[in-house]
Amino acid sequence: MTAKHTPFTIAREALYYAVMLILSGVFVLPFIWSVSTSFKPDNEIFSDTLVLLPEQPTVQHYIDAFTTVPFGRYLGNSLFLAVIGVISNLFFGSLAGYSYARLRFRGKQSLFRLQLISLMVPGIVTIIPSYIILRSFPFAGGNDWLGQGGSGLLNTYWAIFLPGAAGTFAVFLMRQFLLTLPSELGEAGRIDGCSEFGIFWRIYLPLCLPALATLGLFTFQGSWNAFLWNVIVLSDPNLATIQMGLQSFTFNNQTDYGPLMAASVVATLPMLILFILAQRYFVEGISFTGTK
Amino acid sequence: MVAETPASSRLLVPRTADRKHGSPFRSENVMGLLFVSPSIFLFLIFVLLPAILALVLSFTNYDILTPIEFVGFRNYERLLRDTLFFTSLRNVAQYVVLFVPLMIALSLGLALLLNRDVPGVRLFRILFYIPVITSPIAAATIWTMMLHKDFGLINRGLALIGIDGPTWLFDPDYILLAIVLVTLWQGVGSNTVLYLAGLQGIPRYLYEAAILDGAGRWQLFRFVVFPSLRTTTFFVLTLSLTGAFQLFDQAYALTGTGVGNSTRTPIFHIWETGFNRLRMGYASSMAFVLFLLIFAITLINLQLNRRQAEELG
Repeated sequence: MTAKHTPFTIAREALYYAVMLILSGVFVLPFIWSVSTSFKPDNEIFSDTLVLLPEQPTVQHYIDAFTTVPFGRYLGNSLFLAVIGVISNLFFGSLAGYSYARLRFRGKQSLFRLQLISLMVPGIVTIIPSYIILRSFPFAGGNDWLGQGGSGLLNTYWAIFLPGAAGTFAVFLMRQFLLTLPSELGEAGRIDGCSEFGIFWRIYLPLCLPALATLGLFTFQGSWNAFLWNVIVLSDPNLATIQMGLQSFTFNNQTDYGPLMAASVVATLPMLILFILAQRYFVEGISFTGTK
Repeated sequence: MVAETPASSRLLVPRTADRKHGSPFRSENVMGLLFVSPSIFLFLIFVLLPAILALVLSFTNYDILTPIEFVGFRNYERLLRDTLFFTSLRNVAQYVVLFVPLMIALSLGLALLLNRDVPGVRLFRILFYIPVITSPIAAATIWTMMLHKDFGLINRGLALIGIDGPTWLFDPDYILLAIVLVTLWQGVGSNTVLYLAGLQGIPRYLYEAAILDGAGRWQLFRFVVFPSLRTTTFFVLTLSLTGAFQLFDQAYALTGTGVGNSTRTPIFHIWETGFNRLRMGYASSMAFVLFLLIFAITLINLQLNRRQAEELG
């Protein structure tokens, strides 16, 4: 890159920024448009002229969305599931990842390989058997010890939480990160008489903060945006999550764009805020999984 | 406690003297297994067991309500005559053919544009990534409005340049294009980040050597950049292929099954067969066929890349 400002380089830079602005528009305009629509009264949404900002802004669509459908409840349900999912994956993922990266035990290589190969199996293959397994969980939901008679863990949050509580991706990501930390730290801890758990918890885990942040964000995103599995295992409307609520709302209000956009904004906002606060960890996390 | 460890792992971690003594809770062999046990336990119940069960179920007539019976290959025979299943496979194949090459080209193109050290580039990277974090359902909802025939932003934009836009989601000729558009918009950001990481891993001396040899911009891309990104391209290709075959959320939320089943996806068909009509044995055989299809394509992809790697290496 030369610092010379010839007319040619200035024109080239201007062209570059013009292209980038247009591309940014392609990626961001749908959001801006949906936010703007959510604040427009109906006559402006369906007007013949193209106006970006609402002339008479209204929050009526938000009131409609929240009063016809319990979106507040859905938000709470999704938030609860996402938070416990994150905590569980951070703890069990890093615990197993630490063990695979730094401890020696019988069968380690084969166990790790087995878990890794399973990433190849598409989710659709395991959906039906997992449903049956949850349905016939012994002693749960009116089931006897053989898992018969009741609905098992279906229609409980266990059905969403358990299958993903210590995901293979979490284990893999944490293992990869822990391999980059020096093993001498653990040796020093052992000489000082630390227990194996103490070495993990007090020495290695605090050093994993960047990886934990990335994993936490990915887990939150996966949980917040989950749809099909939730539809399959939850039929009680009181337990429904935000994406289920949004989808059924969409289905019932095909052309009511005001409330629809208000609901989409509400369903997107928590993830968006999280992303803006922590965008560094998202981007670093993706590159990390791709290069290692 | 004497632990037998494979030679390979002994090389990775130096052995310390006092490891053999102490209580079992100081022993690596016990603690190592204990630490992975929650994850392994859930893995066995919710991944390995279901994967085996799926294969077993695909040879039964399981439907929750009536007693389970083995039916041999009858599900697979019936599958050969299931026109809706073939329709769904054809739909998703058409989608893959359009989506995957565009995904590679666009994410690589965007990464090249973003791989510069100029003011504002960080902001552009963030903006391109925002659709990635949006839920597929919310994205589809936003796009149903964007693609509205009369009031959608797309057709209004087209009208400005004198084009009368189609009805997109209700026109069998455009419905697939609309789904490709929305899923590309949503997915391109994360692959761009992968390509950016790949670009930043190319050593400077490669560029310098090529420029010394008189390479122009295109030659630089053709003979230095693209070959150096082979691993990234393989990774992006694998992710895009396996993801595209499992298309569901956006297609479902945008169009349901579409006009005349034109956007019925295999996942939708399996879901409907297994959970609406409760024919879980039959649905399992479909899931298995889809899995084998994805697996075969991944293997072909791997094989082709190996050959290419050997030729170039």
